[in-house]
Amino acid sequence: MSFDVSISLKRSGRMFDYTFKAEQGGLTALFGPSGAGKTTLLDMIAGLVRPSSGHIVISDDVVFDRERRIDLPPERRRCGYVFQDLRLFPHRNVRENLLYGWRLAVPEHRWLDLDTALDVLGIGHLLGRRPATLSGGEAQRVAIGRALLSGPRVLLMDEPLASVDAERRDEILRVIERVRDELRLPILYVSHDRAEVDRLADRVIAIGAHPATLPPAP
Amino acid sequence: MTALTGEEWEVLLLSLKVSGVAMACALPLAFALAWVLARWRFPGAIVLDALVHLPLVLPPVVTGWLLLIALAPNTALGRFFENTFGLSFMFRWTGAALAAAIMALPLMVRAMRLSIEAVDRRYEQAARTLGAGRLRTFATITLPLTLPGILAGLVLGFARSVGEFGATITFASNIPGETRTLPLAIYSALQVPGAEWQVARLAGLSILLSLAALVISEWLARRHRAGAMRYVI
Repeated sequence: MSFDVSISLKRSGRMFDYTFKAEQGGLTALFGPSGAGKTTLLDMIAGLVRPSSGHIVISDDVVFDRERRIDLPPERRRCGYVFQDLRLFPHRNVRENLLYGWRLAVPEHRWLDLDTALDVLGIGHLLGRRPATLSGGEAQRVAIGRALLSGPRVLLMDEPLASVDAERRDEILRVIERVRDELRLPILYVSHDRAEVDRLADRVIAIGAHPATLPPAP
Repeated sequence: MTALTGEEWEVLLLSLKVSGVAMACALPLAFALAWVLARWRFPGAIVLDALVHLPLVLPPVVTGWLLLIALAPNTALGRFFENTFGLSFMFRWTGAALAAAIMALPLMVRAMRLSIEAVDRRYEQAARTLGAGRLRTFATITLPLTLPGILAGLVLGFARSVGEFGATITFASNIPGETRTLPLAIYSALQVPGAEWQVARLAGLSILLSLAALVISEWLARRHRAGAMRYVI
C-alpha cells in the first residue's frame, strides 16, 4: 500500500500545495495547525474536491491526474472516509447506516462482515437506534464501522476525537489502534493534536500553512 | 342533510378527476423545476423562477386567457397537441386539469424547493464515498430527506387545484359534466334564483374536501415524525 500525492488547489486567491509519499501501510498522520487545509486535502483524496493540478495515486491506482485527464468519482476510489462531522444518515438506523456501503460493494471487496465490525467497535447493542439518539462516542464508532464495511482499501479519518468527550477519547483511540493493528488497513489520519499523533502514528507528515511544502515520509 | 344527488356526485367526481390528473402531471414537473432552481446555477435562473411564479401573481383570468391564445385548436401549439397526442384542451375536462395544474405549480415548486435546499449535501457526499453513484445517492439519500416537502407541496397543490376557478372558466368554460368542477358549480348555482340550498350543499362539500386534504396531510406528517420518533423511545 502506498500513497503518492502531489496536488495543488487554488482557493479564494490562495494556492495550496500538498506533496507527500507514504510507502508502507500503518497509520500516517497529517499533522498541522487549523486552517492549513488538512480537511480539504482529505476531500481531494476522496474525490469530493477537485484539485487544480497534480496527481493522486493510491497503491499504484491513479485516481486523479490532471495531465492525463483522470478523475475517478468518489464512489470508485474506495476511500473509507470518517468525516469530522460524521454525517450518519439521519433517516436510517444504525444497522442501515452500517450496511449502506457494504451492500454497494462488490463481494470481493467486502473484507469485513457486520459481526466482526460490531465486535471490534463494540456497537452491537446500537443496531436499532437512530443516529440522533447516539452519544458522541457511539456515533463516532458507528461512523468508523460504516466506512470500514464499505470495503475500502484505505481509511481517511478527519479529527476523529474532535466530537468525543474527554472520558471517551481513550475508548476511540483503542478502536483506531485495533483497526490499524488487527484489520491492517492503511489509515490517513488528520489531527492538530500532538499527543494523539505521537500515540497513533507510524509516520507523521507536517502540513504547514501556505505554501505547504512537505517532506517525503520515511 | 341527505345523500348526494346524481348531479352533485357528478360535480364531485369530476373535481376529483380534474385535480387528480392535474397533480399527477404537475408533481414530476414541479419536482424537476424545484430541483433545477435549488441546485443549478445558470444565467436565466431568475427568469425561470419568475415564469414559474407567474400564475401565483397574475389574475387567474389572465392565466386562463394566455392558455386560450396559446392552446386554441387553430394555434401551432394547439395543433401540435391535437396531432401528436390527440389532446385538445378547449371546453374539455383536460383543459380544466391543465389550468388547475398550472395554477397549483408555483405553490408546489416553492414547497419542494425549500425542502431540497434544506437537504444537507454533506450526507450526499458521504453516500458517494461509500460507493453510491449519483442516481443511487439521489434515490436513497436526497429523495427520502425531501419527502416531507414533496407531500406538503402535493397537499397545497391539490387544495389549490380543487379551488381553481378563474383560469378554468376562462380557458375551459363552464360545461356541466365536462368542465364544471365544484367552484364552477357553486358559481352557476348562485346565478339561479332560489338555489340557496343547492349553493350551501356544494359549499359544504367543498369545505369537507379541503378538510379531508388537511387531515390526510397532517396524518402523513405525523406518521413521518412517528417513524423518526420510534427510535428515540
